[in-house]
Amino acid sequence: MISRKQIWIALVLTASVAMISGCKKKHPIQPAATPPAAASPVAQLTATPSTITAGDQVVLSWKTTDATSVSIDGMGSVPSAGVKTVTPTQTTTYHLTASGPGGNTDATATVTVNPAQAAVAVPQNNSSMTAEQMFKANVQDIFFDYDSYNVRTGDESVLSKAAAYLAAHPDIKVVIGGYCDERGSNEYNLTLGQSRADSARKILEQDGVAPNRLRVVSYGKERPFCSEHTESCWQQNRRAGFSMDGAAGN
Amino acid sequence: MMHGFRFLRRLVLVGTAICALFSLSAPAQDWVHIGSNIPTGSQRIRLAAADMKPVGSDPQTPLLKATFDTTLFHDLSNAGIFEMVSKSMAPTAMPGSPQEINLAQWAAAPANAAFVAYGALSASNGHLVVYGWLQDDRNAGTAPILTRQYSADANDDQARTLAHQFADDIIGALGGGVRGIAESKIYFVSARNGSKQIWEMDYDGQNQHPVVRAGILSESPRISPDNSRLAFASLGNSGWTIRMYSFDLRRFVAFPPGAQGGSNFSPAWSGDGQHIAFSSSRSGDPDIWTCDVNGGNLKKLTAFRGPDVSPVWNPRTNAQIAWVSGRTGLPQIYIMDTDGGNVERMTDGGYAISPSWSPNGQFLAFSWNRKYGPGAPGGQDIYVMDIASLRWLQLTHDSGSNDFPTWSPDGRHLVFERTLDYKTTLWTMLADGTQQQQLTQTGKDFMPNWSWK
Repeated sequence: MISRKQIWIALVLTASVAMISGCKKKHPIQPAATPPAAASPVAQLTATPSTITAGDQVVLSWKTTDATSVSIDGMGSVPSAGVKTVTPTQTTTYHLTASGPGGNTDATATVTVNPAQAAVAVPQNNSSMTAEQMFKANVQDIFFDYDSYNVRTGDESVLSKAAAYLAAHPDIKVVIGGYCDERGSNEYNLTLGQSRADSARKILEQDGVAPNRLRVVSYGKERPFCSEHTESCWQQNRRAGFSMDGAAGN
Repeated sequence: MMHGFRFLRRLVLVGTAICALFSLSAPAQDWVHIGSNIPTGSQRIRLAAADMKPVGSDPQTPLLKATFDTTLFHDLSNAGIFEMVSKSMAPTAMPGSPQEINLAQWAAAPANAAFVAYGALSASNGHLVVYGWLQDDRNAGTAPILTRQYSADANDDQARTLAHQFADDIIGALGGGVRGIAESKIYFVSARNGSKQIWEMDYDGQNQHPVVRAGILSESPRISPDNSRLAFASLGNSGWTIRMYSFDLRRFVAFPPGAQGGSNFSPAWSGDGQHIAFSSSRSGDPDIWTCDVNGGNLKKLTAFRGPDVSPVWNPRTNAQIAWVSGRTGLPQIYIMDTDGGNVERMTDGGYAISPSWSPNGQFLAFSWNRKYGPGAPGGQDIYVMDIASLRWLQLTHDSGSNDFPTWSPDGRHLVFERTLDYKTTLWTMLADGTQQQQLTQTGKDFMPNWSWK
């Protein structure tokens, strides 16, 4: 019985080694007679949400195939797939160009930006914006990479801006909510959300916000912002979200 | 490969009779799937369960008898150590006492039973009485192995309870002294009525009901080893705290360390019921903490940045804790001593979560996606690892995303959560991955926790 098993195992191993080494050949030999044309790049660019009020954030996500260089106007060269948070102040069409041996392909995504309501009427004094709107415009949520609780480099400036706003409004206390996308374990995601919110809290504290003004609650994947089962939706859910603490304002 | 084979053999020492399955199975680590038609295991005990003899003319008797017969047969089939004689092969006789049974009839083909369980059931004036016997068919003339009397109120729930008791006695008598699990309970989280709250059910999925409401939502129920208390994590207005509910007092009892700042998650009882481990972010980051059950001796065991959660004690020694840490990125399973020393990483990659330590201290069950990553082909499956050798066995395959395994008290079964098409249901299986059975149907049930007895 054992020897038959060993033969069988040997066969399986040989087959899998053959498969693995086959996979690693980067330039398979093509039949000389019919050299295939290089495939044109495929590119996809989405902006979520596609309509916002000035000051809100938009998540741009893109992916490409068969491209050797990818760029987005205004951002320059970008990885072949990625996600970026932007805050357009006016209606903007983002334009991605993917170039490869098979040619160039474009993809665009338009974000319609509506002016903040009535803010135009009283430019000097923001009293027509509610405290909540002011807070949201200045203390903006930050987003995280897949399974990461490290604040992205670009988001440190978002947090600095938030810290400056909080320094100017010392009465405001803040709840930092930690959120995860729907994938993975409930229990682990609660601590992952906690670590995300804690990462944001630590940077705010380094930027001078008093620790007793910051409260952290992890929601894990219990309170998603977006409930579709797509990467752009998951990206929106991997966040540290800021809101005014109801207990504050004394 | 040969190590895998040896490991399989060790694994099944969990239950001596399960051993038989593996000596006949292939040595591969994947797809050791024997299926529900277990090989005619010469080492599985061939057992017949006769239908109970109804006694008396009380109108309740036939219905209660039907419930009892069905429940007993299911419990014995589910035990993992018997090859049950199907009802169609068994004699139709319903012997109601040792004087009435013809053992040769049960020992002969086609039943070929090595043992037979039988007895009588009667309801009268709202009272249910069951007499049960277990006898060795091939040694006629010897005394019955078991002679039992069970009684309770005459209702369907109690008929099931008495059948569970008889089943557990039979399993204990024939299963190497390890009592069955038919009387055990499973605690879980259900969102079927809106917010996630803690529920309880019998081990076979019967009798599902809510236990206690707390906060905006609750997660991670863990029953104490003596079944007297339930610890769980609850999100309230002041954040996540560990709550402690007493079944004896029918109210919450104080557990101060679970509410002293930060977010507090995933409580775990030591096997002696004297200590609690949990995850708390009170020091700025989720770490594993332990304390006495009365709140004293609070200690922080981990100190790396990143999530540390889901602790579980070695229930045999209470001297080690397994838990999940994201200190290197994706979550992995680790074990350490209860003073925080001797940290050992158990999984070598992927996304590994939700450990449960086997009652004999030898194995960890956990959920693992070995090829985790965006677009990667892996699945989140239940695995059992032999702690001494780090050899593992995959128990679920190609069927949804599987998480939160917990061992049954006899170490022969696991309960777990399975998500398929965005519906999450609870299942049990034998500790070799066979006999998978769905217990809940709402699609909104999570995080099962099996009672200790």
